[in-house]
Amino acid sequence: MELLCKPVSIVWAALMLATCASTWLLSKNSVAPEVATVAIMLVAAVKVRLVMSHFMEVRRAPLALRLVCDGWLLAVTALIVTVYLV
Amino acid sequence: MSSETDTQFTPAGDPTRRLPGVEGVWVFVIADMTVFAVLFGSFIVSRHHNPALFEASRHALNPNFGGVNTLILVTSSWFAALALDAVRKSRFVLAQRFIGGALLCGLAFMVSKAVEYTEKLNAGISLLTNDFFMYYFTLTGIHLFHVVAGIVVLVVLWFMARSRSFDPERPVVLECGAIYWHMVDLLWIILFPLLYLVR
Repeated sequence: MELLCKPVSIVWAALMLATCASTWLLSKNSVAPEVATVAIMLVAAVKVRLVMSHFMEVRRAPLALRLVCDGWLLAVTALIVTVYLV
Repeated sequence: MSSETDTQFTPAGDPTRRLPGVEGVWVFVIADMTVFAVLFGSFIVSRHHNPALFEASRHALNPNFGGVNTLILVTSSWFAALALDAVRKSRFVLAQRFIGGALLCGLAFMVSKAVEYTEKLNAGISLLTNDFFMYYFTLTGIHLFHVVAGIVVLVVLWFMARSRSFDPERPVVLECGAIYWHMVDLLWIILFPLLYLVR
């Protein structure tokens, strides 16, 4: 029980739920392709941010590293979503 | 003693902030992530030029494999984070179990990928089938290579935990290994929807 109350365990549970939502709910044909794709990529970006912040401990790292990590994530997400929508 | 004198010896920057691992591992991780960012960009641009082919080819993939593999890697990452937490509390036996859990998840990912590749190859689908599958095999293949390297790292960390070779105050080697393993996880978190779910 102590194990499941740790912040990293709560993050893990959120990552598992988000993965299930993207894979088996948002990908359904009843959701419009553009809406589904953008939502799925945004959910992936939030998941990556959680991994960086809590698992890689970037949230406690110096500002420079936090900026590089957030910059990478922003660039990758913006590139994928923009090219997809154009 | 005035407060002005006290502040003269305060180190520059926020003392509560600390770089996990060492600078070198972050240089490697950021460089690796940049290479993947270029590959992700290249894939989405190619898809943009031929959406019909990419969409038709995507249907040959089984998203259940990708979804389950994501759950496996996320769990593996969680075990690595728990192992680091355990070592910082000098609980080496527990840390060894968590590293073992991360290792088993890594092996499960490899087995799942092998089954998926075999299924594709048996269906006559290969790297040469079309542009989509060239990206599919190249991107997942490079990622799988990272998983294999990560498994080797985890084996080394498991033996180090067994011999209590980590300093609980500053377990740098474990931090570096965990950072690399989390990177393998986060790259898959983007790679999976990009290949299997973008429609």
